[in-house]
Amino acid sequence: MNKVVVAMSGGVDSSVAAALLKEQGYEVIGMMLRLWSEPGKEDSNRCCTPDSMAQARRVAAMLGIPFYVIDAKNVFRETVVDYFLEGYARGETPNPCLICNRKIRWTFLLEHALAVGAEYMATGHYARVRKDENGTIELLRAVDRSKDQSYVLHVLKQEQLKYALFPVGGYTKAEIRAIAEKHGLPTASRKDSQDLCFLAGEDYRNFIQRNAAEMLKPGEIVTRDGKALGRHTGLANYTIGQRKGLGIAFPVPLYVLAKDAARNALVVGTQEELGSLELSAHSVNWLSGEAPREPFRAEVKIRYTAKEAEAWVMPMGADQVQVKFDAPQRDVTAGQAAVFYQGDVLVGGGIIQ
Amino acid sequence: MIYLDYSATTPVDARVLDAMKPYFSDSFGNPSSVHRYGQQAEAAVDAARETVARILNCRPDEIIFTSCGSESDNLAIRGAAYAMREKNGARWILASRAEHPAVTKTLLQLEKYDGFQIEWLDVNEQGMVTPEVVSRAICEETALVSVMYANNEIGTINPIRDIAEICRARQILFHTDAVQAAAYLSLDVQELGVDMMSLGAHKFYGPKGVGVLYVRKGTPLVPHLTGGGQEFGLRAGTQNVPYIVGFAEALRLTHEEREQRAAHVQPLRDKIIGTVLETIPNSRLTGDMNIRLPHHASFVFKGVDGNLLLTLLDAAGFACSSGSACKTGNPEPSEVMNAIGLEREWGLGSLRVTLGMGTTAEDVESFLAVLPGIVERARLLNHG
Repeated sequence: MNKVVVAMSGGVDSSVAAALLKEQGYEVIGMMLRLWSEPGKEDSNRCCTPDSMAQARRVAAMLGIPFYVIDAKNVFRETVVDYFLEGYARGETPNPCLICNRKIRWTFLLEHALAVGAEYMATGHYARVRKDENGTIELLRAVDRSKDQSYVLHVLKQEQLKYALFPVGGYTKAEIRAIAEKHGLPTASRKDSQDLCFLAGEDYRNFIQRNAAEMLKPGEIVTRDGKALGRHTGLANYTIGQRKGLGIAFPVPLYVLAKDAARNALVVGTQEELGSLELSAHSVNWLSGEAPREPFRAEVKIRYTAKEAEAWVMPMGADQVQVKFDAPQRDVTAGQAAVFYQGDVLVGGGIIQ
Repeated sequence: MIYLDYSATTPVDARVLDAMKPYFSDSFGNPSSVHRYGQQAEAAVDAARETVARILNCRPDEIIFTSCGSESDNLAIRGAAYAMREKNGARWILASRAEHPAVTKTLLQLEKYDGFQIEWLDVNEQGMVTPEVVSRAICEETALVSVMYANNEIGTINPIRDIAEICRARQILFHTDAVQAAAYLSLDVQELGVDMMSLGAHKFYGPKGVGVLYVRKGTPLVPHLTGGGQEFGLRAGTQNVPYIVGFAEALRLTHEEREQRAAHVQPLRDKIIGTVLETIPNSRLTGDMNIRLPHHASFVFKGVDGNLLLTLLDAAGFACSSGSACKTGNPEPSEVMNAIGLEREWGLGSLRVTLGMGTTAEDVESFLAVLPGIVERARLLNHG
């Protein structure tokens, strides 16, 4: 019997993932990571609160599968939280879920799955994998496009994908709920939230204030052509596209266009200036393992919740790209990922510069 | 799955279960009732008490049935502390650093809320409380001394007779937590010389949820569960008749079969200790090599997360236990690991393997075949 480890959260998706795999005849083992939360706020990490842990344990018992909690506090703090803080220090808006998926879920947890003898690891992500005729594994969007989570999985390598199973990716959310009900599993999903798990529902600015106050240096607010308009309270306190809270009087509404970390300046401009026709991305991961040689047409997604936009993607060496959109895109944000799709297939993605 | 965690709990012996069964729905009376239903239940409790008293070599009215070993520890320590303070103002309590949390947490509460002063007795590297340490610490103001009979984590047996003698000579009360010891060691309280002794049935093939506190006649004790006059006024609450019957039957069988049970587990245990120390690099035995419970093997492995080791072992089909960490919270070495002076990188990697009646030579063989590889894997995954 094939052994598979399911990364469980206590929510409906990973619970159903485990149930489906069990139905398909796998020997299923549940695992959950204990992640880092701030000292003094122990057990507040949204991905592993005592409640969700108890829930996952209950589900495992209902399914009759073993369940283990793996301590990942140190590795999470060292990789994900530090990455988050360093990103802000560079004037970017990092997406720590990406690095968590790559280094924590699909490296650290995968190592533990393999150590208990599993041949596969599954999660409750809405995405699909498919083997092409050459044996390369493709990552596909979920059948339920409105729930598709392939964006956060663009960081996976073939070496990881070959172990990956995404049992819920072939179903709609409604179908998953129905399966959960049929098995008597909990049907609540964790609120789809953009809050980061270790912020415990709090504004990230407070977190930075406490954990890296030194990076909040006040500086100048300037226009594209360098005209000083006022003072900002620290670059990390602003997001690209932000309009409110700039505290400057100007004839037309002003938006945050960019963060110039070198000069510690916040660049603002009008709504027209907000759109970008192109972007460049670094640290690009090509899912097939090989960079395409030619420019190609793709639908590009510039953040988890953004709508895809038609564009040309031009590979520049192994892990850089230039993206040219057909129409200007708002809120292109350094530190977030740009992910390229062709139809249902996720071709690759990288970090916006 | 192969169960190697008999110090955590044991399966209920089929003979014990049979003895208990009539007292759920047939002879269901309340022992305190006047009518014949009550008389029948009371007779069962009395018979159980006599059985236990015979094995402990004491009077039946010195046996108090409780809900578990932890409750027995609580009753002994709280009860004696309050009574001795009332009697002669004593507020000094001695206990070893390697006690079970049922003892240590109770003492910490007495310290915090009731003004008692606790002196924690050092143990040696084998986890043993030497009589000299007790002699040095004991004084007129000592209300109570509590030292466990055998250690749950590392299996070391304490020189209870010698410690009891020291206490008796100074007329100081002595309590021992014998929960781990009961399955294999003599429980003769006259020979041991203890004033109070805690027991729990589920460590010797009895049911969970029933314990005993032996209280020597004349020992002053303030009850902490108050209500009806059950258990000679020392422990209120309707007696759990089937479980009390189960306790007595399990103890009777243990007493009768003690030698053969020890003869079964000890060679298997010795094989585990020998093979582990021989085949696994950076491994150490914890506790005393010889003066330890016969079914008990415990180790530390350098650079291993004990909890992860248990996970890998369970996934491979072996149920063991560890002294470090628990299901929640930070992985930290246990108090016992600290008390025996282990550095953190060793203390975090503890493993306890405890055998029982169901353990076979084949079980031990297959366990020893996989353990070295699993320790190695745990080292590679070290959570640091």
